[in-house]
Amino acid sequence: MATKFFGARVKRREDPRLITGTAEYTDDISLTGMLYAAFVRSPHAHARIRSVDLEAARAAPGVVAAFSGKDLKDKVNPLPTAWLVPDSNLKTPPHPALALDTVRYVGDGVVVIVAEDRYQAEDATELVKVDYEILEPVVNSESAVQEGAPVVHEEAQDNVAFDWNIGGGDLDQAFADSDGVFKIRLLNQRLIPNAIEPRGCVAEYNSGSGKLTLRLTSQNPHIHRLLLSGVLNVPEHKLRIVAPEIGGGFGSKIAVYADEAVVAFCAMQTGKAVKWVETRRENYVSTTHGRDHITDLEAAYRQDGKILGLKVKTYANMGAYLSTAAPGVPTWLYGLMLSGVYDIPAIQCQVLGVLTHTTPTDAYRGAGRPEATYVLERVMDLLATELDLDIVEIRRRNFIQKEQFPHTVAMGISYDSGDYELTLGRCLEMLGYEAFRAEQAEARKEGRHLGLGLSTYAEMCGLGPSQVVGSTGFQGGLWESGLVRVHPTGKVTLMTGTNPHGQGEETTFAQMVGDLFGIPIEDVDVVHGDTDLIPMGMGTYGSRGTAVGGIALYQAAHKVIDKARKIAAHQIEAREDDLVFENGSFQVKGSPDKSLSFQDVALQAYLAWNLPEGLEPGLEAQAFYDPNNFVFPFGAHACIVEVDSETGQTKILRYVAVDDCGRVINPLIVDGQIQGGIAQGIAQALYEFAYYDESGQLLSASLMDYAVPKASQIPRFELDRTETPSPVNPLGLKGIGEAGTIASTVAVVNAVVDALSPYGIIHIDMPLTPPRVWQAIRQAERR
Amino acid sequence: MQKMPIEIRVNGTTYQREVEPRLLLVHFLRDALGLTGTHVGCDTSNCGACTVTLNGLAVKSCTLFAVQADGDDITTVEGLATGEQLHPIQEAFWEEHGLQCGYCTPGFMLAAVQLLKRNPGPTEGEIRHALEGNLCRCTGYQHIVNAVQSAARKMREAAAS
Amino acid sequence: MYPGNFTYHSPETIEEAIGLLEQYGSEAKLLAGGHSLVPMMKLRLVDSAHLIDLKKLRSRLSYIKKEDGRVAIGALTTHHQVEASELLQAKAPLLAEAASVIGDVQVRNMGTFGGSLAHADPAADHPAAVLALEAELVAQGSGGRRTVAAEDFFLGLFSTALEPPEVLVEVGFSALPTGTGSCYLKYPHPASGYAVCGVAALITRDGNGNCSRCRIGITGISDGPYRARAVEAQLEGQAVSSELIAEASQKATDRIEPLEDFFADADYRVSLAATYVRRALATAWERAG
Repeated sequence: MATKFFGARVKRREDPRLITGTAEYTDDISLTGMLYAAFVRSPHAHARIRSVDLEAARAAPGVVAAFSGKDLKDKVNPLPTAWLVPDSNLKTPPHPALALDTVRYVGDGVVVIVAEDRYQAEDATELVKVDYEILEPVVNSESAVQEGAPVVHEEAQDNVAFDWNIGGGDLDQAFADSDGVFKIRLLNQRLIPNAIEPRGCVAEYNSGSGKLTLRLTSQNPHIHRLLLSGVLNVPEHKLRIVAPEIGGGFGSKIAVYADEAVVAFCAMQTGKAVKWVETRRENYVSTTHGRDHITDLEAAYRQDGKILGLKVKTYANMGAYLSTAAPGVPTWLYGLMLSGVYDIPAIQCQVLGVLTHTTPTDAYRGAGRPEATYVLERVMDLLATELDLDIVEIRRRNFIQKEQFPHTVAMGISYDSGDYELTLGRCLEMLGYEAFRAEQAEARKEGRHLGLGLSTYAEMCGLGPSQVVGSTGFQGGLWESGLVRVHPTGKVTLMTGTNPHGQGEETTFAQMVGDLFGIPIEDVDVVHGDTDLIPMGMGTYGSRGTAVGGIALYQAAHKVIDKARKIAAHQIEAREDDLVFENGSFQVKGSPDKSLSFQDVALQAYLAWNLPEGLEPGLEAQAFYDPNNFVFPFGAHACIVEVDSETGQTKILRYVAVDDCGRVINPLIVDGQIQGGIAQGIAQALYEFAYYDESGQLLSASLMDYAVPKASQIPRFELDRTETPSPVNPLGLKGIGEAGTIASTVAVVNAVVDALSPYGIIHIDMPLTPPRVWQAIRQAERR
Repeated sequence: MQKMPIEIRVNGTTYQREVEPRLLLVHFLRDALGLTGTHVGCDTSNCGACTVTLNGLAVKSCTLFAVQADGDDITTVEGLATGEQLHPIQEAFWEEHGLQCGYCTPGFMLAAVQLLKRNPGPTEGEIRHALEGNLCRCTGYQHIVNAVQSAARKMREAAAS
Repeated sequence: MYPGNFTYHSPETIEEAIGLLEQYGSEAKLLAGGHSLVPMMKLRLVDSAHLIDLKKLRSRLSYIKKEDGRVAIGALTTHHQVEASELLQAKAPLLAEAASVIGDVQVRNMGTFGGSLAHADPAADHPAAVLALEAELVAQGSGGRRTVAAEDFFLGLFSTALEPPEVLVEVGFSALPTGTGSCYLKYPHPASGYAVCGVAALITRDGNGNCSRCRIGITGISDGPYRARAVEAQLEGQAVSSELIAEASQKATDRIEPLEDFFADADYRVSLAATYVRRALATAWERAG
């Protein structure tokens, strides 16, 4: 294919509507006679509901309806969990859409009010009287599994929702052969996704046709349709999910939420369209959180720095219910990646999925893979300190080597391609590694604390081969659909089952297909996010949009070309083999005057006056692409910080990232994905944490308390890339949406710890806020 | 509650409406006038998605009641372009890939317009400081900073010619 | 995000505003810039039946002027106006510096000097500067105007010496002696931007290179802004050295009960206050020369 657009920094095609205020997000939708919903949510982490009195609320001005859990019984089914991790004694306690007799976290939905305007709905929530019997909660995952801890669900008396074990290699042998074993506990704090657009839903029900339409903030409309069909008892073909413009997701708009089902129920009950958009305060307690691991780790090592074995035990805090994809996140997406970029002969991992009286956790940018990378990259630095090795050298000694690819790691997955030395080398070169060490030594003499942190990572993405994910208990395939529709004028509409919401695939897919067809990208539009228009698809998450969804379109486009070639050959009376398709034109080899343009072929396909015998009219094709493996992007990130030892404040002086996501369709967009990802990872390292007190109140429940970083708190990034194509797909693509987040968190932590190494500090748990860093220094000074 | 008559000029058009005193300006713009380009991202006046200019000053329209803007002149994202001609800040956000999901973008652009009015040649540090009232979760800010720098250049060049 | 109902008043004169306050008592709230009040109303943490918007008083209460060796600032002057004032940059850069780090641009465009002082948030910036400047706050009530010294004005958490139905109308302070350097140094909370610690330092260098006068206001550390008198006393009349500043700064939280929250405990605030006082003083001393 001619590559006019592939690889070019093409300006995004989605931007004109976004920069002029003409894009339509969920909250921008207004329907005739539309009503507004507001929720009464539990102020308690754990309580029994003695009674709910809706009388005053129902009588309030503008109120049309009010419902509690009882009103939904038998009409709205419990929310499903869709990743049923096998062989883990998995328990999925029922999750009612509104609480029935017990509330299990602050934010648990209790009552919904439907009113003529949003202010009135809010007014009425204050009139709802709920009599609670307050019970003791448990918020910490390790505390929750102790004997005598408050029980979250009757179905799991020990609060363990699953006990997942996986291993590869001979761990006993590894420990026996080792020169030493390093043990440490690492905390990976709970985070709150904070997409700037809150979640929301507009539900509309036509009782005549029985059709329910939900416009909602979804990363995966077809998954929403499938699961909500079961929750609402609405047949799948009578349910239409539209995902309008989506203002960021980061994993938090994957799950099927209780409030979405409740709003649909309200529309069905009232016969009117009903809109609900969460407030930010609501978002903090009712949208899924991420991370929240406590990990005990043992690393068996040889004196030369080679890691022989890892034994990992992780308590993963699942919150009060198992959210849609939640069980898969701290298990498969974490445990499988515990080799990282290293050739570790034996690994054993146990993950306890623990129920607590907190907001449910689920996928959050990176989902499991940042947690795995954090463990590994901290261990590398800890061992380097222990063995007095250079942080670069210890990584090199453990790297999977270029010639080993494709490489099967201890956990059994096969990495597609990689060249870890390549990205590391380039990163160190950009950084000026040796020069920095000299500068650091000089600074230390002046009492200044400079530090360097490295993170060499690989991630598993492009989710994923259906048979494999099926064996992990995921209740669906992870193939993707693509439909290429060529119109009679040669203009093209692409339909993708992914649902980009910032990732820019309306542009990258047009670039790819524009090249394939030899037409301007202005002639190609990408449509997504409407289950009545788009063939069944799986959505956007897990860095799969381009590597899976893009390939589906690539294959469909080739089917179109194959058919177009037949028509062209027939029309110019040539053999198909004699035709070349170049620059948007079918030409007879050696006779450029005998040609037919792509647009002419399209017209002929629809006129159908003169088609090859037996060929159907029309020019469109569909493909379902199921990858035969995951793809494994990788890279090396380095961060230089200065820590003010008097105040604990950290300043990032430089951030260098060299990533390899295979072949790149649009470097501008890839840079944007990496930068955004790095910022989100830095946010975990330095700023963000969800803080629950012992009574289960979320104290970091607003942007006044939870520090989503501002422009002044994030440095400029120095980026470069290498290109190691993936053999998994014909374009050599990998994913890039999560890489920055996966890599950056631990690079920053390693840098701060390095800066403080003169104090003998080897580890500080995140986030490295000034008070926590200050505390660590004071403790070290007292030792 | 008694509604009050107000008159507000938005993007050059004067609107007269009766509103409840408690109606926030952002809801007035979005719901009463249908100008949905101004977004709501939080309830604590931190995120800046709702930024508009009020008599030339960048303000968070979620932190004013519509009645407070009676008699005032407002510009929203819908009023940035002149006909088909995009404002230099819009062009720059597009060219520099200064947005991903786009939800925070209108607020960022209006805050940037305010900055460039006060300081036509800001340094990177000044840009980052001036945008502290706006949160972006997608971009990591670098392309936003680039966009503001690029718009500043263009606007200075246009002013000089 | 959806405030409760209220009746809106937009008085044309100060007297009218005072009359409304008198009429509605605790049912009424004054709305200046609204950047503390409106967010609380949106979260329904504050519910007020009557809101008295001071917007129409702006033409009269928004000014920064110098007369007879005094600087006077109208209560409705915005943070941005304070930040950008050439007069203040020349005569009291401390205030301009403090104003420049309040909230963000949008907040500074709307938020007012007087509104911030009257709200008395324990982590607000201006109170520290006003204390260091030994400013006088002018309150107008039904019986006329009275003047309250800054140190008598702040009574703790969201609490001031204003007696309903008084309205804060002006803040004034004497021009600073020549040879005075100032610094406002702040560690903003990474989320809210409010001061975890804010230090306003003024120091005057006499002809012999000694400190003739020192004033320090501190915010964010305790439930109200305060003067660090022990630090001031140790410096005044002394030959200033970095050692002396360091030693004196250790007294930054003498007789102060530090705040604690989940972000920063009391020990951290005590340490931070000492460090920031030391650094602010060092900078101010340098600027004084």
